[in-house]
Amino acid sequence: MYLTKEEERILNGEFGEGTQKAIELLVAIGDAYDAEKMIPISRAHAASSGQEGDLYFVELLANGGARCKVPTSTNPVYDIEYFDRLFEIPKDEGEVARRVMEAYKRVGAILSWSCVPYMAENIPLYGETVAFSESSATPYVNSVIGAGTNREAAQSALAAGVIGKTPKYGLHIKHNRKGTVLVKAEAALKDEFDYTLLGYYVGKRIGYGIPVLTGISRRPNTEELINFCAMSNTSGAISMFYIPGFTVEASTVEEAFQGDTPRDKITVTDHELKQTYEELQTTSGKIDFVMLGCPHYTLRQIEEVARLLNGKKIHNDVSFWICTSATAKILAERIGIVDIIDKAGGHVVVDTCIDEPCWVAYRDKVGMTDSPKCAYYRRFKEAIVARLRDCVEAAIEGKWG
Amino acid sequence: MKCHKIIGGYGEGEALVSHEPVCFYLTDPKTGIVRERSHELAGENLANKVLVFSSGKASSVVQIDGLYKLASNNVAPNAMIVKDVETVLVVSAFIAKVPLVDRLEKDPFEVIRTGDFVKVDAEKGIVTITRQEA
Repeated sequence: MYLTKEEERILNGEFGEGTQKAIELLVAIGDAYDAEKMIPISRAHAASSGQEGDLYFVELLANGGARCKVPTSTNPVYDIEYFDRLFEIPKDEGEVARRVMEAYKRVGAILSWSCVPYMAENIPLYGETVAFSESSATPYVNSVIGAGTNREAAQSALAAGVIGKTPKYGLHIKHNRKGTVLVKAEAALKDEFDYTLLGYYVGKRIGYGIPVLTGISRRPNTEELINFCAMSNTSGAISMFYIPGFTVEASTVEEAFQGDTPRDKITVTDHELKQTYEELQTTSGKIDFVMLGCPHYTLRQIEEVARLLNGKKIHNDVSFWICTSATAKILAERIGIVDIIDKAGGHVVVDTCIDEPCWVAYRDKVGMTDSPKCAYYRRFKEAIVARLRDCVEAAIEGKWG
Repeated sequence: MKCHKIIGGYGEGEALVSHEPVCFYLTDPKTGIVRERSHELAGENLANKVLVFSSGKASSVVQIDGLYKLASNNVAPNAMIVKDVETVLVVSAFIAKVPLVDRLEKDPFEVIRTGDFVKVDAEKGIVTITRQEA
């Protein structure tokens, strides 16, 4: 990969060890893909996680004096003090999380601790070149917004944020952004849960590729798109997709395939969605907790929960959690819906996600969620996956099915 | 035999060949033994081997953390030869400081068998294979 004089100097360590390590990683990635050069990025999102591999790299950069050159947001970790009051967090785990959060602060990241930063804290514009890790963020930014990002790891995104550049490869090159698989959506896609199932199925069927969806007649809303992104990039590696007419980059199917023929065609009917739904259930009956907000709930989804819980009481044996961003919670508090959820016995919690060690108390429990991604990273024993309103109903009843 | 350097360094050891993608998170971090039950390497030990595999798999967080934990316990592979590389694997090898190469002159699955003694000089871009007769 061609490096400018300045990039060579960073690589030689002239600007400190932090930026040197960051550019070393970018050069390795560039070499792996035969990238011709580096290109500037305008922002990054590092899928921080509060785990040891994450800690090692962010401390390496922070201790070496690196600072983010472009706005760089962060993914959920967890508030140790908050969770320590509820459950007993193993000391060494808590220490890893504390150090991760502190190191991201030292490198000057936007401490969003949110997995949907494109909703509020760090929003790319159409046509921007960025480096966004996190399963829903990568496809959302590429497809819904029409900016360009590769399927980054937390560390490659952070390195790109620190240097302000990324190697030019993959989805930063137009012809790599062409569709590969035609997906005929014949299922009735009524709500965001149907998009959840659609995403999960499509990701599993395609694995790695760029689906082009046809047959969708109603404009999908924000939550439906977020769910499709998160699920298809969990069960598979879907960094980008097209819904011609609704996503921004191609207005027709032909344009999405850049004139080429699809490598494969699949059809998704109600039958496939039903089957996907059934495969996700590992149990039924009594539940111990409900976990919503994977990906982080939007204000509208929190409102929906509050509407369903208004004046009701969550069952004594059930804990009820909604994970969201600090930004969404401030607004939810302001409009009085956190109060309603609190009164019903639920918790609206910020800065964290199910894939964090803070939920250790649920290891042997039965959990219910509207997110197959949440169930996939299962830090609990059994999972029931159903619609938002079913989760709320089960929380009140104490059981499902 | 020539190869293409991705992460530099030198590593040698007995070859362990996997036609299936490998997830480092699904290994025992203390020993390097593959725990994924349905995997062709189930029960095999990655520690100090030269891992020859088709590609990585699973989310970036778990993959990177998985290899990093193996490396912290000195049970990571000594070097890795991969067929289809992707960003997460590059980051994993970088963080764990495991030499990583691809694009051997010949198909690695044809020229390397489990048990062969393999030297990977990623800096020079050279892989040396010594057949171990069973």
